[in-house]
Amino acid sequence: MAEFSLPRNSRIQPGKHFPASEGAKRTRTFRIYRWDPDTSDNPRMDTYEVDLATCGPMVLDALLKIKNEIDATLTLRRSCREGICGSCAMNIDGTNTLACITAIDDCKAGDVSIHPLPHMPVVKDLVPDLTHFYAQHASIKPWLQTKSPAPPDRERLQSREDRARLDGLYECILCACCSTACPSYWWNADRYLGPAILLQAYRWIVDSRDEATGERLDELEDPFKLYRCHTIMNCTRTCPKGLNPAKAIANIKKLLVERRG
Amino acid sequence: MTALRTPLKTALALGSAKHGVHHFLVQRITAVALLLLGLWFVWLVLRLPGLDYAGAHALLAEPCNALLMALFVIAVFWHAQLGLQVVIEDYVHSHGWQLVLQVAIRLLCILGAAAGVLAVLRIALGR
Repeated sequence: MAEFSLPRNSRIQPGKHFPASEGAKRTRTFRIYRWDPDTSDNPRMDTYEVDLATCGPMVLDALLKIKNEIDATLTLRRSCREGICGSCAMNIDGTNTLACITAIDDCKAGDVSIHPLPHMPVVKDLVPDLTHFYAQHASIKPWLQTKSPAPPDRERLQSREDRARLDGLYECILCACCSTACPSYWWNADRYLGPAILLQAYRWIVDSRDEATGERLDELEDPFKLYRCHTIMNCTRTCPKGLNPAKAIANIKKLLVERRG
Repeated sequence: MTALRTPLKTALALGSAKHGVHHFLVQRITAVALLLLGLWFVWLVLRLPGLDYAGAHALLAEPCNALLMALFVIAVFWHAQLGLQVVIEDYVHSHGWQLVLQVAIRLLCILGAAAGVLAVLRIALGR
């Protein structure tokens, strides 16, 4: 059954408070989810007062300032700090997004609360376990599949129009913000592929050079893999890259109807 | 020993059922039917307050109304079955309960539709 309350060992407790250093000019408080697998303690919310006068503008800047200057035990993933790697996906202010492209000033007034991506197993603090998510991506065979041999003298070409059909799809960085914002994925992630993986699947379905379209649709035609999508639209609302996974899923459903004749 | 299985093995699980389009289509077709039949049903209900039992009986016994009422009852229970099936797939994760509830809902919906059609027939055929 769907779970409506957290298991006892997942309930969040109040945590430690780290006040701003003396002489701080402009402070903002960050409430951050902390959980350490090496202790038997429940998760807790630690609060950190950060002096924005000596901090970069983005939430990731504040997190790194906390890690560098206040509490080195804070654990998070980040890499590119410009919204292209997807590592720093987390729930900020109640919305799944990338910490590196979310401005602190754009967060709602009051404390900024930061949690790991919802409904995923937590590795530590803000780091979720995305193993299953990546395995689901591998399961849709995210590469060009062809039966015709490649032309000997050049690449496999496509028209400008066919290339344009990949716009809004190829930009997906697999940060998992959309999938972990989807209630259907929360309840049925074991079988439902979720918006990110379905958008990726559609990216190969509409590729004019791919010759496994039918097999790809066969693999998706499943009450759970595809049809758990109930058009809730959280995916599109939360996507930090401004993409529309819900539309990609609707297009897959349309193609499945279309090929029945 | 799930720890020894690869994540891909878990993600692939039993593979694709290779069905689901039919459910998707019929759910939408019954929805459109209900939209149209629903308008007619509202019209019917709005006429009822001015009628006594015999008048209401006669109204429903008219061939056109009897036909639409029978179709309305069938569409309601068909659509309800398809919707409840999805709710159970979403929230009930034990295979045993899943089977019991899916069968129970199908049977109850067939019962409801059949009882409704029988009632309309009795009114329309005057018995």
